[in-house]
Amino acid sequence: MGRLDPLFERTRAEGRGALIGYLPAGFPTVPESVELLRGMIDAGCDLVEVGVPYSDPVMDGPVIQAAAETALRAGFRLRDLFTTVEAVAAAGGQAVVMTYWNPVHRYGVDAFARDLSAAGGLGIITPDLIPDEAADWVEASTAHGLDRIFLVAPSSSEERIALTVAASSGFVYATAVMGVTGARDQVGSLAEGLVSRTRAHTSLPIGVGLGVRSGAQAAEVAAFADAVIVGSAFVTRAAEGVTGVRDLAVELAAGVRKAPSTIG
Amino acid sequence: MTDERGTDPHKPGPHDPDNRGHFGPYGGRFMPEALIGALDELSAEYDKARLDPEFTDEFTRLLRDYAGRPSLLTEAPRFAEHAGGARVFLKREDLNHTGSHKINNVLGQALLTKRMGKKRVIAETGAGQHGVATATACALMGLECVVYMGEVDTERQALNVARMKLLGAEVIPVKSGSRTLKDAINEALRDWVTNVDTTHYLLGTAAGGHPFPVMVRNFHKVIGAEARAQFLELTGRLPDVVTACVGGGSNAIGIFHGFIDDPEVRLVGIEPGGKGIETGEHGATLSEGTPGMLHGALSYLLQDEDGQTIEAYSISAGLDYPGVGPEHAWLKDTARAEYRSVTDDEAMHAFRLLSRTEGIIPAIESAHALAGALKLGQELGPEGHILVNLSGRGDKDMDTAAKYFGFYEDGGADGPRGTEES
Ligand SMILES: Cc1ncc(COP(=O)(O)O)c(C=O)c1O
Repeated sequence: MGRLDPLFERTRAEGRGALIGYLPAGFPTVPESVELLRGMIDAGCDLVEVGVPYSDPVMDGPVIQAAAETALRAGFRLRDLFTTVEAVAAAGGQAVVMTYWNPVHRYGVDAFARDLSAAGGLGIITPDLIPDEAADWVEASTAHGLDRIFLVAPSSSEERIALTVAASSGFVYATAVMGVTGARDQVGSLAEGLVSRTRAHTSLPIGVGLGVRSGAQAAEVAAFADAVIVGSAFVTRAAEGVTGVRDLAVELAAGVRKAPSTIG
Repeated sequence: MTDERGTDPHKPGPHDPDNRGHFGPYGGRFMPEALIGALDELSAEYDKARLDPEFTDEFTRLLRDYAGRPSLLTEAPRFAEHAGGARVFLKREDLNHTGSHKINNVLGQALLTKRMGKKRVIAETGAGQHGVATATACALMGLECVVYMGEVDTERQALNVARMKLLGAEVIPVKSGSRTLKDAINEALRDWVTNVDTTHYLLGTAAGGHPFPVMVRNFHKVIGAEARAQFLELTGRLPDVVTACVGGGSNAIGIFHGFIDDPEVRLVGIEPGGKGIETGEHGATLSEGTPGMLHGALSYLLQDEDGQTIEAYSISAGLDYPGVGPEHAWLKDTARAEYRSVTDDEAMHAFRLLSRTEGIIPAIESAHALAGALKLGQELGPEGHILVNLSGRGDKDMDTAAKYFGFYEDGGADGPRGTEES
């Protein structure tokens, strides 16, 4: 059983989508990122994804690239990730980590899993690690009780979706568009098809990310997905401080409650 | 095409990675799921093409009739006087059409692009040689071409930017990160994930996610196959050492493979030592790095203790890269190949030396291999036979060289008066 299962049992029982908000740790500084993440949770994020700022974020668009650069220039170190997750958990929030794989590999996969679990983290989203290469992560996540959130994409074949969901726990991350992160005016029309293709292979909850930025879009996505994942829009609003991310979380939290959930 | 030992460079063999692209523990695919479909498609197409005479014959024909292969093997006796008296031979990839080894891989991948029915090609480039070769092949085959190039490199290799534009390519200067080759690859990958349905990413070196390292290597095996036959014909023996510069590792892996089953031949890769290893400003990935993943494969990497990539530095834009192809990592760990570095200054010394002793202006990348050969010659002595992969010509580097040697200054600090090598 995954550490995230109770969360999705609750949102499913409430007949709504879960709201997942992303922010890089250490952005714009370590203490400020903790305040922002706490604000996001207070204002309605059911789960936060704490990002690891990385030098070569090939899956990210300009907004998150710039945020990672800011955090690294401000002196972010990997150890700050664990204190950030700990601070979120201490405030009653639930957190997973989103990270490119090299920092984990460098830290040591088992040591990273151990320290994240000790800090109260619930799992890792791995944008550039596919199950085919994840033997050591499967072992470490099992040993330390963390969820493995792999990604599926509109270009994934049925065979790859089946393989990916079989290796996943907690939830499955469906990338709504072919492209990098960044707020978009329209959530890709590919998202709904991908979610229904994925459902054919799993009963795990499915979260949709890439592009969502408004309450209306959140409602639209929550109509067919179990979770709505919002990243770049939170990073942009962080410029206005805690008020900015809170306002956005309130709007999105209302959005995920508007749509009739497909699951009951 | 087969080499003189009857081995077909395209056929699967004992030096291929496993079916998921692993050379020992290295290689593989550390890539977003969104790109796995495209890598699978490319693998499937390449696996068919490499066994299809229609494809391999067309590739061989283009290498001959368009790129000008075989390239020459030239002995460099006046240069060799500075290399402990060892005999030095140059594999003249500088004489290929577009001026470097890069054209071999580009023609192979451009043919594959057409087989896959894709109309748009993207590429990264450092020195601009891969970008020029790609723009050339796209012009030849009627493909749309977009080249990503770090802003720093668009400045130091301005001539190649103009060449690419003339050939009809769009050149996009990359302003993120170190604004060099690493960031150009990041930006090309972002384009690829967005446009993968219509676009082939024509990667320029033997790195990246599977199947790129094995495929790019195989397209460059022609260098080693020709060189081995030419060397035997010219000298009646094999070289003691084969040496090549290592950026991402494509020219080195191509020439190394001609000799990989000749255990008596040492394979020595030369990395950019920049301002000196001790300054931290270098690109000596295999010599100084640690295992990690960048741009899709596990290999050696310049990284800090948190796994953040450390920016490389080299006077040579084509070697200024903190990663390296995974097969080199495996050749290092198994000690089949050795890797060392030479500094900017040593490379520039060899650059001028070859120009003045042999009338051949090498690329600054290739000058690293030449500087390596000068040292190897001292170690081997007069009995030594050294084969150097002269991966490209130096026209593109004239501005860098003129600044380095002070040719633009009044009276040129080391202009015509510099006589040490004449
Ligand atoms: C002439 C020349 N040699 C070598 C290189 C380095 O690449 P590789 O290590 O893949 O051969 C380049 C790259 O731009 C080049 O232009």
